[in-house]
Amino acid sequence: MSFAWAKQYEPQTAVTKWLDEKLPLPRLVYNAVGAGYPVPRNLNYMWNFGVLAGFFLVVQIVTGVVLAMHYAANGLVAFATVEHIMRDVNYGWMLRYAHANGASFFFIVIYMHIFRGFFYSSYKAPREMIWLLGVVIFLLMMATAFMGYVLPWGQMSFWGAQVITGLFSAIPLVGEPLQVWLLGGFAPDNAALNRFFSLHFLLPFVIAGVVILHIWALHIPGSSNPTGVEVKQESDTVPFHPYYTAKDGFGLGVVLILFMTMVFFLPNALGHPDNYIEANPLSTPAHIVPEWYFWPFYAILRAFTGDLTIPFTGITLIPAKLLGVIAMFGSILLWFILPWLDKSPVRSGHYRPLFRKFFWFGLIPCMIALFICGGAPAEEPYVIISQIATAYYFLHFLVILPIVSQIEVPKPLPFSITDAVLGGDKPGSTSGGGAIPPESVVEGLPGTATDGSLQPAE
Amino acid sequence: MTIRLGGIIAGLGITLVLLFWSLLPGAYNLAFGPKPEQQPSYAFYEHGHGPKGGFSFDGPFGRWDYAQLQRGYQVYKEVCAGCHSLKFVAFRNLQQLGYTENEVAAEAATWTIPSIDPTTGDKVENPGKPTDAFPPVYYAGQGVPPDLSLITKARHDGSNYVYDLMLGYGEPDPAKAAKVGFEVPDGLYFNKHFPNVTIAMPAPLSDGQVTFADGSPNTTADMAKDVAAFLTWTAEPSLIQRKQTGWFVIGFLLFATTLAFLSYKQIWAGVKPKKR
Repeated sequence: MSFAWAKQYEPQTAVTKWLDEKLPLPRLVYNAVGAGYPVPRNLNYMWNFGVLAGFFLVVQIVTGVVLAMHYAANGLVAFATVEHIMRDVNYGWMLRYAHANGASFFFIVIYMHIFRGFFYSSYKAPREMIWLLGVVIFLLMMATAFMGYVLPWGQMSFWGAQVITGLFSAIPLVGEPLQVWLLGGFAPDNAALNRFFSLHFLLPFVIAGVVILHIWALHIPGSSNPTGVEVKQESDTVPFHPYYTAKDGFGLGVVLILFMTMVFFLPNALGHPDNYIEANPLSTPAHIVPEWYFWPFYAILRAFTGDLTIPFTGITLIPAKLLGVIAMFGSILLWFILPWLDKSPVRSGHYRPLFRKFFWFGLIPCMIALFICGGAPAEEPYVIISQIATAYYFLHFLVILPIVSQIEVPKPLPFSITDAVLGGDKPGSTSGGGAIPPESVVEGLPGTATDGSLQPAE
Repeated sequence: MTIRLGGIIAGLGITLVLLFWSLLPGAYNLAFGPKPEQQPSYAFYEHGHGPKGGFSFDGPFGRWDYAQLQRGYQVYKEVCAGCHSLKFVAFRNLQQLGYTENEVAAEAATWTIPSIDPTTGDKVENPGKPTDAFPPVYYAGQGVPPDLSLITKARHDGSNYVYDLMLGYGEPDPAKAAKVGFEVPDGLYFNKHFPNVTIAMPAPLSDGQVTFADGSPNTTADMAKDVAAFLTWTAEPSLIQRKQTGWFVIGFLLFATTLAFLSYKQIWAGVKPKKR
């Protein structure tokens, strides 16, 4: 589906005409990320992160497939093969640093993408399905990243695997056998390493599949935008190519500079030194911490320090560990019902004065506090801070959002995207309104000039 | 409506459980409970500062000091190698320190590599070849001397850590030790730069212990700096190549991103309104 004014793909050469009849792949690309996809003209840089996430998925798959050619998933040699990659494989150190830091950057851009969604309520109708698929992608990413971190078979790999699979042992009755089944043994060992490698290789392609569904679902209603006002007319949009390919290209360049700075100058800054010590089941590290991108959720897991008991009877209803596990998984699973918790008809946080205050002064500080506490040792004051932040986290999504969306008086919305960008577009004014005639927006595409140059036709 | 009501109830429920069963008992314990025990050794730990002036390989423009790496290798060979292995490094890698192929072969031959004679099945010791890795070390004393191949990456701020550790030996202040009830256990040694200040390794270096062929200074601090530099190289032989490659990559990206920015501005010129 697309807007009525979307440009149509017209094959120019005999070859593309032939291809278009047999397998219209160029047409698909043209309509997905080419000139055939009209996009709101007012997107800010926060809308860059979807493309960047796709880019980092490709980086991870490409570097990962090559690394897998040199790696051996065997507890006896896994650590040594990683060192073989670092020392003896041509530019192996670059591949591995790109893969390790690529995971971090994948999560950075995904968090920006998700919090863009929170602020601009991108999850609301008609885009619920995009959001739900996005949450699935995020869960798959977390599983993939966790299993990837186990593969170097360092101390944090081993003890991280022990702790994370240990979460499942909190489940009543089936927990302990479940953990043994997941690990293929009573502790992480060769069996666990092998299956984690197998799944770590598989899941990125599952992610890629869900990403295709995510983009497909996106193309049904089209992209959201910072005003939250839906596209009404041709002058509200520009074709994805060249406008957003150019803008995203610049954003990609900026992020690549940051990424490459980490890869070449600070490659181990985001990792833990203990992971350069080979896994040793007999020596527990002083502080077992997951990778930084799990810290907020790790803080939620550890916030529950007391069993849920019936006071004065000594009867334990739910042990603290299970409470933590429920809360940690719940903190992400609740995103699945977010579209139905926040019923405000207004999408953009810019027009929601009360919501905006809770977002900037509630959710963001809460996430920062959870992040810091998750990386800190389980000592005061971090424990109490993480408990307050965890309470706020659940209150924010489950209590504050539904109530705010009920009582808030939103600011008046612009009539259209064109009105928001240019002003003067009102109901009943000429189609497209605004100061720029629609021809120059949509028709005057680079590449459509009569001389074939890349200049817009005047 | 049901979803929202259920959400509100669940949200309040989680908060109540957290508040009454975790947060309040924890806060009560923090305020009135017993203070957490502090190890007496904490009173002695001092954060190191690394060598004066840092290492030649520090920073984005860092370079190896090959003479220093060769001295560090000599310190490793004459001092550390008695207890610590270097299993991920091969003799051929030493060529990167500025030795010629023949020098490396001669150097490798000064080491003995344990092996099994394939014709008799007997244990034998062969002279090292350039393709051999540094031999394993078997240690009978107290503690487990770690392999040193990756030591500077396996510790926070590892190059400085190794340097500081070499210089952290001494005796704890007796008055302070009596006050907090701290004693160095038998068989361990006091080192103010080791996380719990008692370490199984006796002070490995002493002034003048290693004599360098080029007559370089051989105080404990000088040798500590040399061996820390050498172990930085063993942990990451590609360190300098990485930084140099990085400058080319960043330079290219700055150029490409500038072009991307200009084309973005040009393409959007007709669409973006002037700031109102």
